[in-house]
Amino acid sequence: MATRKSAAKPNVSADELKKYYHDMLLIRRFEEKAGQLYGMGLIGGFCHLYIGQEAVVVGLEAAAEEGDKRVTSYRDHGHMLACGMDPNGVMAELTGREGGYSKGKGGSMHMFSKEKHFYGGHGIVGAQVPIGTGLAFADKYLENDRVSFAYFGDGAANQGQVYESFNMAAIWKLPVIFVIENNQYAMGTAQKRSTSSAEIYKRGEPFGIPGQLVDGMDVLAVKEAGEKAVAHCRSGEGPYILEVKTYRYRGHSMSDPAKYRTREEVQNMREKHDPIENIRQMLVDGKHASEEDLKEIDKTIKDIVNKSADFAKESPEPALEELWTDIYAEEIPQNNA
Amino acid sequence: MPTEILMPALSPTMEEGTLAKWMVKEGDTVSSGDILAEIETDKATMEFEAVDEGTIGKILIAEGTEGVKVNTPIAVLLEEGESADDIGEISAAPEADKADAGNEEAPAAAEAPAASAPAEVKSKASPDYPEGTEMREQTVREALRDAMAEEMRADTNVYVMGEEVAEYQGAYKVTQGLLDEFGPKRVVDTPITEHGFAGLAVGAAFGGLKPIVEFMTFNFAMQAIDQIINSAAKTLYMSGGQMGAPMVFRGPNGAAARVGAQHSQDYAAWYAHIPGLKVVMPYSAADAKGLLKQAIRDPNPVIFLENEILYGRSFEVPVLEDFTIPFGKARIWREGSDVTLVSFGIGMQYALEAADKLADEGISAEVIDLRTLRPIDYDTVLASVMKTNRCVTVEEGFPVGSIGNHLSATIMERAFDYLDAPVINCTGKDVPMPYAANLEKHALVTTDEVIAAVKKVTYR
Repeated sequence: MATRKSAAKPNVSADELKKYYHDMLLIRRFEEKAGQLYGMGLIGGFCHLYIGQEAVVVGLEAAAEEGDKRVTSYRDHGHMLACGMDPNGVMAELTGREGGYSKGKGGSMHMFSKEKHFYGGHGIVGAQVPIGTGLAFADKYLENDRVSFAYFGDGAANQGQVYESFNMAAIWKLPVIFVIENNQYAMGTAQKRSTSSAEIYKRGEPFGIPGQLVDGMDVLAVKEAGEKAVAHCRSGEGPYILEVKTYRYRGHSMSDPAKYRTREEVQNMREKHDPIENIRQMLVDGKHASEEDLKEIDKTIKDIVNKSADFAKESPEPALEELWTDIYAEEIPQNNA
Repeated sequence: MPTEILMPALSPTMEEGTLAKWMVKEGDTVSSGDILAEIETDKATMEFEAVDEGTIGKILIAEGTEGVKVNTPIAVLLEEGESADDIGEISAAPEADKADAGNEEAPAAAEAPAASAPAEVKSKASPDYPEGTEMREQTVREALRDAMAEEMRADTNVYVMGEEVAEYQGAYKVTQGLLDEFGPKRVVDTPITEHGFAGLAVGAAFGGLKPIVEFMTFNFAMQAIDQIINSAAKTLYMSGGQMGAPMVFRGPNGAAARVGAQHSQDYAAWYAHIPGLKVVMPYSAADAKGLLKQAIRDPNPVIFLENEILYGRSFEVPVLEDFTIPFGKARIWREGSDVTLVSFGIGMQYALEAADKLADEGISAEVIDLRTLRPIDYDTVLASVMKTNRCVTVEEGFPVGSIGNHLSATIMERAFDYLDAPVINCTGKDVPMPYAANLEKHALVTTDEVIAAVKKVTYR
């Protein structure tokens, strides 16, 4: 087995490791369950699973503080769970039910939580990047010392509005962290076929935005990079770019022919670089947790996920009157509550 | 209890598929993520992974079987401690009741607001300010600036951003003086980056601010239309009412003079098409002021369509401490009995001019300014048409899918029996805007065309 880099990091407590293990495993099991419900026809339309990329959001959430904001693309279930949104509400939104975060009106790609400062869930590739920059604009305007995370993929990194956002974030020194989740495939197009330079994190250089490459299969490396980026933003020095190299085990969406990469490539990532297995190994090797402890965590998570699936099946479909609600607001929403 | 593994749906439209190949055999131990089988759909052949761990107890559908319906049990998975003996009678029928809960034939969609009782239609038009209010002459440009300045004084979270709004004092001088009073934090010059700053402003609105986004012209807002529609207009609905974008997108819209096809389009009908947006298109300075103040206070994204030619026109504006005009209330500029002319924005100029000339010929035209296109004050239009029995609409936009088309349909549905002639829509011509002065004049709607249309519907 390949040596695991993070095994050498001493400054992390056993409790923290266990929390990361828990949070990543929750995402994985939740996504597996979502895949299963999709197979049963309970989830419709598009459904983009986050399996393989768990260390990215869990690491960055570990670097965030209460009140910090996040916005991402349509591959969003992991982000929602990592920022503390209720798995029941997320799963019920996937099944299009009343108990979902958007009352069943948003679906997998369009979910929000004002309470957890999660600003979506966006279905248009790259559109969330100026929005995340705008969240940071508001924070700077309101002088509230908060930081925003704008997540996007290596595919979205070729959208023009990303560079429009880099430019404005740089000239106005906005506290936004641009997180490029590079899972190496824009749908079925490999990065080398779509992206002129291999190092996306360097694309901020012409704008004067520091960038950093991070091993996205190592939650501790992600957390450390996240802390550095957060400190940079919070000190008023403007935006920061993190290119987090990760890997998506499953297809782009549910119907993916998997012809654009080899099975060996996927197996290799799963077997040698799995972020959850990595932490599990650290916990066991460092005697921070026994097999029993880990089984207990697994069981807790299985329960949470099963409950969310039950909730999502049992929650009623939205009332037909919901078709006509939430089109216009009657009063100013307290967006920044 | 043994778990049935069901034939999965692997695409949004899949109903059945071919079980191409089993990758496991009975007795194999599998864990979550292992590939169980290859399944062929009309789109592709895909791998089907295990979700739970256990032992494959029995394979129910042989590989190579075609037309396997989604949710048919294809294998049985045994958990730790179970054996093949635990497999009882496995029903081949899919677990239909639960799985189908989300797929029921949707009952007839909730009724759209019903069209009924035409006789009860009542005009909503009413005075915007008390009689005897002191008035003063002001240009549309000044009225717009005053509206913004007053709202910025009242609410520190209101700010303006756009190209040349600050140091240049506005490409059309609408933001003149705002930088001096409010400073660069609240009057923000942007780079030339419409898509980016529109999206940034949507994010700022999500984050608690109330942005006024100036587009140098709405022609350039086509670069930003994804953010306006997909992000600003739809988020309240998609979030189940949790968050939305209280903001204004404003700027000159429609033809100016001799600026050619790319700088001369009227977007009124485009934006009026979108649920989630409110759309305002004022004609007079008083309306520009009262409606812009209302737009800034509105908790929804508002498209505020101005007109370069109207910026310099002067009108009477009420001198009031706080003057707003509610959306969805048309204004009757001129009462009449023979025909109803409905317009908005600069189209009002043709409608009013035509009404003057028609009066000389003894035709009495009622002229209605819609002022807002979403919501539209249907009742004021219908009440007028029920009185005059004839209607001509006037706008500068393209003819196909125009506001006039929509009004005609509404009048037909709700006041068909009152009509003495078909409604005529006077619009811009169905051509890109030409540059040559004579061609441009003909490409726009003209007063003569409005007069001719009125004569046609009044059979004169």
